[in-house]
Amino acid sequence: MTAALTGRPRLRLPATAQAGEVVEIRTLVDHPMETGLRKGDDGQPVPRDMLARLIVRANGAVVFTAEFRNATSANPYLVFFLRIERTTELAFTWLHEDGRSLTAAARIVVA
Amino acid sequence: MGPSRATPAIDRRALLRGGVGLAGAGLATIALVPIPAAPALAAAPGEVEAAIRALIGDAGPVDGGIVLHAPEAAENGAVVPLTVVVDSPMTVADHVRAIHIVATANPTPDVATYRLGPANGRAQVTLRMRLAAKQTVVVLAEQSTGTVRRAAVVIDVKVGGCLS
Repeated sequence: MTAALTGRPRLRLPATAQAGEVVEIRTLVDHPMETGLRKGDDGQPVPRDMLARLIVRANGAVVFTAEFRNATSANPYLVFFLRIERTTELAFTWLHEDGRSLTAAARIVVA
Repeated sequence: MGPSRATPAIDRRALLRGGVGLAGAGLATIALVPIPAAPALAAAPGEVEAAIRALIGDAGPVDGGIVLHAPEAAENGAVVPLTVVVDSPMTVADHVRAIHIVATANPTPDVATYRLGPANGRAQVTLRMRLAAKQTVVVLAEQSTGTVRRAAVVIDVKVGGCLS
């Protein structure tokens, strides 16, 4: 029994940027990140239920990947940077170890 | 969140001896920080070395060029903030291509790997990790030039965050 991938990913990034500007991108997604090592209240091991990675694409090209392992906290929070040269369509994909995924999208406009 | 501090890179051999030499440029002080005893559920010592080898292969890491911001003491080991800043121009010719985080006294040492490139413009990530007990967290930065940089920070943990 694994948690449904229904959590709404949260993104925090600027709506606009100057050409060449390096912008901060914050991401957070609701997920328990159960390692399978923990015991529940009933003394039984809680089954493993982990997001495996976050893949970030900018205008279709992969620009950042996170590979989550056991010691990544629940509700993975991540801040990284991206240099914006032109108006950029960002696509975020969180992949579960079982193959399910969650996606989010954003756009940063260069005037 | 507790107060943040920047930590210069430390010498690996000193780390293995149980002391930490502050090898940052311009620092004359030597600080001795004892490595805490591994908790009963921690990975075996060889497992940490094996995890690092699995991440960076045979590369011999070089200390320096990384600044870590982390609390000296974390109230809740389930959510310990860490910011990694690698000194890099992030150009096509010279950039950080991966940052690995290793928690040396957790039941399993791997925290995460972040893969980046020149498009990022800045070699910096902030994450939240689980720490089972007071321990040394090791950060490795693989560069496009083939060099691997290393830094480490000792973080005290009031309530372990892995098995609770």
